[in-house]
Amino acid sequence: MKQLRQRYCIVGVGNTPYGKNPGVSALAHNVMAIHAAIEDAGLTTDQIDGVLTKAPTSTFPMLWAPRVAEALRVVPKVTGTLDQAGASNIGLIQYAIGALELDQANYIVCAYGDNPATGTRASYARPRGDSVVAGLFGAPSSYAMIAQRHMHEYGTTHEQLGNVAIAHRHHASMNSNAHFQDPITHEDYDHSRWVAEPFHLLDCCPVSDGGAAYIITSEERAKDLGKPLVYIDGIGQGHPSWDFFRRDDMMTSGAKVAGEMAFKSAGLGPKDIDFAEIYDCFTIVPLVTIEDYGFVEKGEGGAFYEDQRTHVGGEFPINTAGGLLSETGMPGTQLVVEAVRQLRGEGGERQVEGAEVGLVSQQGGIMTTHATMILSNGGA
Amino acid sequence: MADESLAPLAELLPAQTELNGPHLEGLAAGELRLQHCTQCGAYQYPPESFCFHCPSTDLEWKAVDGNGAVYSFIIVHQRYHPAFGDRLPYNVAVVELDEGPRMLSNVLDVEPDAVEIGMRVRARIETLGDEGAALFFERAAGA
Repeated sequence: MKQLRQRYCIVGVGNTPYGKNPGVSALAHNVMAIHAAIEDAGLTTDQIDGVLTKAPTSTFPMLWAPRVAEALRVVPKVTGTLDQAGASNIGLIQYAIGALELDQANYIVCAYGDNPATGTRASYARPRGDSVVAGLFGAPSSYAMIAQRHMHEYGTTHEQLGNVAIAHRHHASMNSNAHFQDPITHEDYDHSRWVAEPFHLLDCCPVSDGGAAYIITSEERAKDLGKPLVYIDGIGQGHPSWDFFRRDDMMTSGAKVAGEMAFKSAGLGPKDIDFAEIYDCFTIVPLVTIEDYGFVEKGEGGAFYEDQRTHVGGEFPINTAGGLLSETGMPGTQLVVEAVRQLRGEGGERQVEGAEVGLVSQQGGIMTTHATMILSNGGA
Repeated sequence: MADESLAPLAELLPAQTELNGPHLEGLAAGELRLQHCTQCGAYQYPPESFCFHCPSTDLEWKAVDGNGAVYSFIIVHQRYHPAFGDRLPYNVAVVELDEGPRMLSNVLDVEPDAVEIGMRVRARIETLGDEGAALFFERAAGA
């Protein structure tokens, strides 16, 4: 496998306010976030020649990326929308790298924006085909099924799931743009209503409005811009696919395959990672994911989240801005934005001291898709 | 033994198609019928025109006993759809049939907290509405 180290960079990141943005369409969320990323990079809109998107979850329109490009008044050389659900945001970067490698575009923006909190969210509670009479509605129910089995096999506890919600909220309390910023306790967690047992409401990410975007270019071009360099060192995908309950092993995510690929392409291993931004639509997901990346043994994810080990200032900070659980329920784009800010030293109160290498983990569906990216600042 | 609280589910029954027809007709006749691959011997659900395992297109329909065990389950407390309103909280279980396929269903006639992973269950087909029927499970005798 080829190594990717220090050839491509993320040069601009941007986002809208997260939470509830009434009157702001999915399209407007994309445009606002992209303009912020362009400004952050020190570029102008006419320099953007690639526009890649993940389609809004709430509506899933056709030909979405060209619509976003039109709204930006950009006529792109490279465009497209990727359907890997929450893993798309890294998948798009692989597509962008391909175009940059061929010298067919210079500055490619990847974006996501949606307004399910104040717009429609009908697609969030879709019943499941011929099995609809069983009453499995919504993503929480399916992930709760995975959590139940994980608790059974490995002894994962409610207290450990609660630790995930509490730790990520702790980070969001230092993030003035987070959807939820008030710290929570185990008592709050235990008393939040059941949604689909074993999940309380606080095991679930919110439904949020928001947009986020980032711009990819070559190292050469990145050096001409003003910001500290953030390199794409490693990238990988792995997709368990199919209905979650029909997989041989319901408790292993695509992090295993995607992680090995990303570590190989970076020439790094789990011990080289200083912090991680991990897709956390539900509390069980970061536990399964850190196990599958090899940060801990299988089944020990819950124990790892004890003793504030994942807090900023702890042994291995995870989800430094609050993740999906607290920063925004947006499916993954925000995790890339936060990793870049950490590697530039822009984390403020929640900055991970000495952060040089960060891992971004995304997945979609019901652990159906997975993508991993390793970013670094070259020790800057 | 019709369970009245299940009656509202009739409106959610799937439309009959070329593919699911034999399965639905089986349920209406009180039988669980699954596709069986004549090449590799695997049973499968949902139905397809090919075998998910081998991938032969030489499939036949067979009635099975419908015995299995709970692989995982949840207890739904949130009201997602009016047809389930009277049953809250209700369990949803992934049942692994002895023949192999995993089915998404409910274990009927048990208290929500009585369902356990590994619990032995058997198929229980309930008629819904005038012509429909659906697959549920109940605790196996002695389990």
